[in-house]
Amino acid sequence: MNLFDILGPIMVGPSSSHTAGAVRIGSMARALFGQQPKTARLYLHGSFASTGAGHGTYQALIAGLLGLAPDDPDVPNSYALAEQAGMSFSFETRTLRDVHPNSVLITMEAEDGRRMEMGASSLGGGRIEVFSVDGLRTAFSGELPTLLVQNNDQPGCVSRVTAVLAEHNINVATLQLSRGGRGGDAVMVIECDQEVYLSTVDEIRALPGIIQVTRYSLEGAV
Amino acid sequence: MIEFSSIEQMLEDNRVSGLPIWENMMRSDCEQQGIDEETSLAKMNRLLDAMISADASYRAEERSASGLVGGDGGKMMEYMNGGKTLCGDFISDVMAGALRMGECNACMKRIVAAPTAGACGVLPAVLLAYQRHFGAEKEELIRALYVAAGFGMIIANRASISGAEGGCQAEIGSAAAMAAPALVQLMGGTPEQMAHACAMAVKNLLGLVCDPVGGLVEVPCVKRNVIGSMDAVSAAQMAMAGISSRVPPDQVIDAMREVGESLPHTLRETGKGGLAATPFGKKYQPKED
Repeated sequence: MNLFDILGPIMVGPSSSHTAGAVRIGSMARALFGQQPKTARLYLHGSFASTGAGHGTYQALIAGLLGLAPDDPDVPNSYALAEQAGMSFSFETRTLRDVHPNSVLITMEAEDGRRMEMGASSLGGGRIEVFSVDGLRTAFSGELPTLLVQNNDQPGCVSRVTAVLAEHNINVATLQLSRGGRGGDAVMVIECDQEVYLSTVDEIRALPGIIQVTRYSLEGAV
Repeated sequence: MIEFSSIEQMLEDNRVSGLPIWENMMRSDCEQQGIDEETSLAKMNRLLDAMISADASYRAEERSASGLVGGDGGKMMEYMNGGKTLCGDFISDVMAGALRMGECNACMKRIVAAPTAGACGVLPAVLLAYQRHFGAEKEELIRALYVAAGFGMIIANRASISGAEGGCQAEIGSAAAMAAPALVQLMGGTPEQMAHACAMAVKNLLGLVCDPVGGLVEVPCVKRNVIGSMDAVSAAQMAMAGISSRVPPDQVIDAMREVGESLPHTLRETGKGGLAATPFGKKYQPKED
């Protein structure tokens, strides 16, 4: 914690958890998807669902999907901006299992039919945590450069990926592993102390057993 | 370097280094974050500018999404401009400023959390009204913001600045406890006077519960920004008059933590107790709960 955690952030009100955090969740979804979705469905859970309307949570999530920052005065106008940008969206209430009260599940689809699903929670003070990507359990905050590596659940994947990172002098801050089932799809979430360059990401993509690599950079989203 | 964990330690560092409180806080923060002073000052300047433009963005005709709040800042300004107020020009201006900012937040305007969005009105209300009535250079306001943030950080480290953890005393109470020493800084008071202003501001809102109607940052949050500013102004004036907190400042903050921990769940931002549980409040209760 530093002085600017106490004073600040500059944000569109009324709530750091229900508004600023919601914008950050939307922009995280956009960043992981790698582009602005053509359509987005948002499933709101708990307090997001019950008090979201009064907190501007709905507009805030859409603003994030459009790439707006939590202090952008246009956050309340995000519905109109989405229409201009040709992004359609819908909201539903859904009870999600074992998640923080301020949570949402977002499914996104691109023009070409590519899809992604992300679940995230707003933890307070604008901090967020992504708890699932495409149904696989994760736990990362977006406060560090992050790689999501979807791979076949087979021996050697983790060591091959971390070897590439080590070669490029990238220090792994945290590493989480989860999988759908034995031998099926697995996901590695790697939070790094340094930015991972696109060329490094390409090297990882080319490794055996790797299905998909998603990069989250702090140096600007999409 | 200040650890930001004790007011006593902060005063001791000030005695040893001879640096003003604001400067010591700025330097310690730069050291902790690994940034230079220029960057830090630019960041603080940006926060001040954002407070000023937030205040200017107020529109009396706007209402929050729920319709519960809006327009009160306008009413207060009108009353103040009528010239026959109970509280006088400065205090009336502070009250109007706190209402304006609280309502800006509820109406989805761009504000500065200080320390939280719900309590965003206290600090700008007292600082900007002080500037209007007594005059202060931007540089002086920035110094006052460092003082505010430093005291806020000690409170966050020893107690809490979250209503869900410590009740409203942790949000509006903390905002007042940050604004009071900031005012002392502007008035040229001593570090001891800042410490006592902070302590008295905390003491006088000790136990304040967080009971928002409908779980929204509106009722009673907007008006509590007014009482937080009043608390800050009166604590600062007491400190400048040489009045001190009998209970040492760090012990006051520790009491705030203990009181916060003792508060029942219903009175910590759950929207289930206090004003939220009145017949009026229940009309706004989320269906799911």
